[in-house]
Amino acid sequence: MKKFSVKTIVAIGIGAALFFVCGRFIAIPSPVPNTSITIQYGVLGFMSAVFGPVAGLLIGLIGHALIDASWGWGVWWSWVIASGVFGFLMGLACKKINLDDGICSKKDIARFNISQLICHIVCWGAVAPVLDILIYQEPVEKLFAQGLVAGISNAVTTAVIGTLLCIAYAKAKPQKGSLTKEE
Amino acid sequence: MINIFNYIERQSPIHRLTGATKLVCFLLWSFASMVTYDTRILAVLPVAAVILFGVSKIRLKDVKFILSVTAVFMVLNNLLVFLFSPMHGCEIYGSVTELFRISARYVVTREQLWYHLNLVLKYLAQIPMLLLFVTTTDPSEFAASLNKIGVNYKIAYSVALALRYIPDIQREYHDISLSQQARGIEMSKKESLVKRLKAASAILIPLILSSMDRIEIISNAMELRGFGKGKKRSWYMARPFTPADILSMIICGLLLVLAIIDTAKMGTRFWYPWA
Amino acid sequence: MDPIIKFHNFTWKYNAQAEPTLHDINLEIFEGEKVLICGPSGCGKSTLAHCINGLIPFSYKGESSGSLTIFGKETKALSIFDMSKMVGTVLQDSDGQFVGLTVAEDIAFALENDCVPQKELFERVAKVAGEVSVGEHLHHAPTELSGGQKQRVSLAGVMVDDVPVLLFDEPLANLDPATGKQAIELIDEIKRTRNATVIIIEHRLEDVLWRDVDRVILMQDGRIAADVTPDELLSSDLLKTYGIREPLYITALKYAGVEILPEKAPHSIRSINLSDDDVNAVKNWYFKASEGAAPGNGEILLNAEHISFAYDNGRKALDDVSVAVRKGEMLAIVGRNGAGKSTFSKLVCGFERPRNGSLLFKGQDLMKLSIKERADSIGYVMQNPNQMISQVMIADEVALGLKTRGVPEEEITRRVEDTLKICGLYPFRKWPVSALSYGQKKRVTIASILVLDPEIIILDEPTAGQDFRHYTEIMEFLREINRRGITVVMITHDMHLMLEYCDRAVVLSDGRKLADAHCAAVLTDPDLIERASLKLTSLYDLAHLCGIEDAEGFVRCFIACDREVRA
Repeated sequence: MKKFSVKTIVAIGIGAALFFVCGRFIAIPSPVPNTSITIQYGVLGFMSAVFGPVAGLLIGLIGHALIDASWGWGVWWSWVIASGVFGFLMGLACKKINLDDGICSKKDIARFNISQLICHIVCWGAVAPVLDILIYQEPVEKLFAQGLVAGISNAVTTAVIGTLLCIAYAKAKPQKGSLTKEE
Repeated sequence: MINIFNYIERQSPIHRLTGATKLVCFLLWSFASMVTYDTRILAVLPVAAVILFGVSKIRLKDVKFILSVTAVFMVLNNLLVFLFSPMHGCEIYGSVTELFRISARYVVTREQLWYHLNLVLKYLAQIPMLLLFVTTTDPSEFAASLNKIGVNYKIAYSVALALRYIPDIQREYHDISLSQQARGIEMSKKESLVKRLKAASAILIPLILSSMDRIEIISNAMELRGFGKGKKRSWYMARPFTPADILSMIICGLLLVLAIIDTAKMGTRFWYPWA
Repeated sequence: MDPIIKFHNFTWKYNAQAEPTLHDINLEIFEGEKVLICGPSGCGKSTLAHCINGLIPFSYKGESSGSLTIFGKETKALSIFDMSKMVGTVLQDSDGQFVGLTVAEDIAFALENDCVPQKELFERVAKVAGEVSVGEHLHHAPTELSGGQKQRVSLAGVMVDDVPVLLFDEPLANLDPATGKQAIELIDEIKRTRNATVIIIEHRLEDVLWRDVDRVILMQDGRIAADVTPDELLSSDLLKTYGIREPLYITALKYAGVEILPEKAPHSIRSINLSDDDVNAVKNWYFKASEGAAPGNGEILLNAEHISFAYDNGRKALDDVSVAVRKGEMLAIVGRNGAGKSTFSKLVCGFERPRNGSLLFKGQDLMKLSIKERADSIGYVMQNPNQMISQVMIADEVALGLKTRGVPEEEITRRVEDTLKICGLYPFRKWPVSALSYGQKKRVTIASILVLDPEIIILDEPTAGQDFRHYTEIMEFLREINRRGITVVMITHDMHLMLEYCDRAVVLSDGRKLADAHCAAVLTDPDLIERASLKLTSLYDLAHLCGIEDAEGFVRCFIACDREVRA
């Protein structure tokens, strides 16, 4: 395993805290009554794109496990792992996007969104339900239906929030060697 | 806000166990209850958990809120299972014993009810243990515990950092959200979904950008104090294992072994008395 | 004796920058010295600090030339861990430095990383916690501590490792005046008991000089502009030239025509020797100068009466507070952290609802209005502009509040352009916000509130962490919009700001109103100062030194004279 830099460790901690706060306290009313849309996957997609697959994996795992633990409804390991896998895959898929250099081109945005779509399909369409079947033996139809709802809502929030975060972050970064003092 | 994980400081034998022990026991217990669908084992676990609750001096009223949330979740999940697959139990147990009919699709069978009973028992076996774990483990001890059971200390510390900064980030989110509301940013139902998401990002963008600065400051502060220097580190909050710790872990380990052997012997994870 | 830190023709350029940040630095610091490094923002003082503690070159990447040795070793050949054993750093942001879940864990952090056995951890943590008096709080979480306590914990976390050099990066930036004074006293005490070498980076000169400093290094544009004793510094024109705020008593002496010379020991109001001629000069100036104008008697805009508020955890944040804000005034709300200042503004803006009391705006009950509706007449600007800015482009950021209010597109364009012109941001309207300096970003956030056309604007710590030039820039701008008829309420613990720009101050402490008076009266009342965690202005001491009984009158006279000079 690659040696962790201190910055990566801190990014995992802060990333998990952000994932937690977004998932636990920020809920947007959704069109379906009495449900809400959570936005933590937009943040996770963005953090993975910046800090890479290992950070993404751990932010997803830690953040999601903390959310479950704080609600007290049992740690839902299958979904916790799926969150981690999403972070990991996004980190891999977005390796070519260099937001830290202050660049976020149209191509990068397309890459980010295509990646997130595929990753969400993999995680909520395959990883989470399959693990649920293995662990809980719940009906396949129910699990895939849940996965579908979660996948669509997460993909929409990632598309809007993740993309806006990438653009805002890249714009806020100085371009390499470009800063001269202005009076 | 500070005590989001509901740690309750009391003097009890469970509190005296190290965090590492409780973590290991919680994991072993969870895995045992995940592996098996043997109703005989699943029925014993909630009873044992309730007894442990008594020993831990955590009172029902301490966890009332969490339990009510959990109950709702449990009922919803069972309902969903039934709605999507009313004959799931029959598929699993390989027989159909009709009890009564609601409609052509929804037939209540003994197998289905038995399956639901097992599902409920599975929750009841797991949830009290999680509650017991979070209410009796000092968050400060958690990172040291993870490290003790073999998790790399850097990753263990990232968990501690998450716990440390959740209240700060929560407060910052709250402040930003209010000042943006004053400018007219709303996430209420009046707006379309995309507009609501954009409103959310008007709050999230300042939050994330300032968190990125925070990452830099914290990692500087940690490096300046020698974090990541060696292959190991010591922990102020670590505690040594006592015989009670070892015993607890052995018992939970045996439980998992029992669940696995039982499943292997039966040749299936399911147990059905009318089979 | 050999210097322990020695820069020799040292130059440093960050990779992201086109020009070097440090040019040709030659500097020696000796064992047991206490050195203040001073200079305006962007002068390179923080970069110099990064070089001393090892963040440069180990954490920030760039190119260097020349040499920097610490205890005779070239830093490039060491590691950041070697350097952390020699130099302990207390960062400006004590929340960032506080990485433990509790006080004890945070203090132990550096030792834990050295794998020190637990038994020894307990002993050493307890000992050092006692030294900085946080021993009673060992098991408290950072959210339960005040800013001053957090800083003490940071200091303990560095001292616990027995480092020979202590480096403080802007230790006063986030503290109220009384706590800042205690911090300077504590630093001095630790220096003496441990015989440590102390380096302080700070631009608040007068506050640091409260305890003796051996040398002041003045930086400008990445070079060392002066390396002198405090007495020499204050006797020269250097401060004016390099935009550092002069201690108030020095300014007053200069107004009175007193010549400042090194032999008068001007570095502190306690040490200064004034001749009889000097004292007479001050007296003459005082009797000659005119009284400041009385505070205006405009119409009452905002009237808060008998307001009480408690948070969910039961902590009483405000207890029967009444404040009337008059049209056209510049009002300061002061008091230590947690005194209820921020709670007051939250109640006014509608972020929280008071338990008791009434809030009227021009006779209209505010309680009936939503957050958004109140914002049409009362604007609120947060302390940190980065917490408000959510748009990439400046014009979009300023337009945001109008867009959400459904104002027609042409009107938005017109109002945004007008506001940008008033705020001096019009030339930058097509720039991304990220290209601006901190002070300019602050302006953008003020502009984004002004565009909604409020009658009152409430600012939380408008100048926190700013150097003298940015402070003056922001405050002159606020005075300008005040002249245009907007009432300005500032929540602050900057006493210069009170003196220089406000007529009236409301003093809060533990949720109660202690005083509501002219700033000069507040800052010359020793009893009030003590209770509200403020600091007596050095003008008070100067008045006494010169045998002037009426310190308040003396301060008023100073304010009048000062405003005339600045105008």
